[in-house]
Amino acid sequence: MSIDDIATKVSKWFQDSGQSCEIIISSRIRLARNLSNHLFTTHCSNREKEIIVSKLREAILKTSIGSISEYVDISSASQLQKELLIERHLISTHLCKGQGPRAAIISKDEVFTAMLNEEDHLRMQAILPGLQLKECWELINRIDTEIEKQVSFAFDQHLGYLTACPTNVGTGIRVSLMLHLPALKMTNQIEKLLNATKEMKLAVRGLFGEGTDALGDFFQISNQITLGIKEEQIIEKLAENLIPKIVEYELVARDHLLKHQNNLLEDKVYRAKGILENARLISSKEALFLLSNLRLGINLGKIKDVAISTINELFMLTQPAHLQKNAGMSLSPSERDELRAKIIRNKLNMRKP
Amino acid sequence: MNCQNCNKNTATIHLTEITNGKRQEKHLCESCAQNDGITVSAQIPLNDLLNNLLAAQPKDQNVFNATSASCPKCNITIDDINEQSLLGCPEDYDVFSESLNKIIDKYQDGGKVHCGKVPQNECDKTTQESELENLKKALEEAVEQERYEDAARLRDEISKIQ
Repeated sequence: MSIDDIATKVSKWFQDSGQSCEIIISSRIRLARNLSNHLFTTHCSNREKEIIVSKLREAILKTSIGSISEYVDISSASQLQKELLIERHLISTHLCKGQGPRAAIISKDEVFTAMLNEEDHLRMQAILPGLQLKECWELINRIDTEIEKQVSFAFDQHLGYLTACPTNVGTGIRVSLMLHLPALKMTNQIEKLLNATKEMKLAVRGLFGEGTDALGDFFQISNQITLGIKEEQIIEKLAENLIPKIVEYELVARDHLLKHQNNLLEDKVYRAKGILENARLISSKEALFLLSNLRLGINLGKIKDVAISTINELFMLTQPAHLQKNAGMSLSPSERDELRAKIIRNKLNMRKP
Repeated sequence: MNCQNCNKNTATIHLTEITNGKRQEKHLCESCAQNDGITVSAQIPLNDLLNNLLAAQPKDQNVFNATSASCPKCNITIDDINEQSLLGCPEDYDVFSESLNKIIDKYQDGGKVHCGKVPQNECDKTTQESELENLKKALEEAVEQERYEDAARLRDEISKIQ
């Protein structure tokens, strides 16, 4: 795999499969770890950062996932390459904007990523489509144990894994699910959901994590508490108690729309389809918004001639860095809007005479 | 309307005074009003005002209490942590334990003690430590009960681990 190859394909975590995948887009678990006997990344000299990168690189490449992974030196990567990885949810903006020696190790199927010298020395994630938190935990826990055999992580008997930010201390785990909740949004029930999750000490974020908006009715829900509770308990709480409830609310809201506001619903869906099939200029924000409505239409059986996988492909490939990477040149925003509209038009009109 | 006093600037301050039942109106510009001591300079920036108000709050509103101590390993102070919300090194958890425990407690909803995964080498350390404890206890007992053969064997085992 090289960064240039992945730009034409959809990530595995975004392929349509897995339990409740019409609402749960993806499951993701990340672990934060730091090497003992080193300063935390933000306080390291470049020399120390280099040592950290090389220690962790060696350890991770020796694990069972190492042989099917690619090492990407982020400090020397181009802006476009970094943005591409961010759009694919493989690295964070924090790593992209960081300074000095830093890197990412990405498995070929993009399910596993390790970021070296992000906020913590090591941040690893496992991301899978649909509701697959247990599978994510199994994978990331196994790799973590394999790494642990080779390096020593900063750990305290009482506080657990020691992290650069005290809010991650303990398990260092962040369990998150990306949800598509258009019906809850349309029926003005998102506020209710946000309040309920706040009470349960869960964080709700936008499509690209911390500090981003909930674009196109996509929401990320994740745990905030990391200390005093086992990893498995955190996962179970989300996977077995909370998420099924949210999924049910969304289904009830969809049902309500179908029964009582069918005209409104159909208008939204067909309007989105009409614009997407005909627009000559379209911004990434508008595309996301309309594709989200179209996705709802497909899931509710209103639209039958477009596959969910086509929508997923368009979601990913029409993002700014993907467009430019695949066009092979840098494009101005208006050129991007034109190309984006063209790709969407071609894809959606493909099967028509 | 121009200022009654200087007749140059626009009058922005309009004052009605009633003295002994007699009504008197004054129309002044800002600078004349200031000279008369009727108003004070309105040029206090809002930010300063807010900062002054905030500074007037008791210090312990802050989750971290300001102390001048710094970590011997990374030289960070509690003020730095306060500012960046990031620590400098793992030892900070020890050095600033009092302040950090407060914020951890608040953020973690009362969760205090880690009960999740423990790294393998830490596991070994803990079991080794408790094993050593047990052997030492057994050695003491053996000496007390004058079982010197056992004591010698236990002593050898302890020195092996150490």
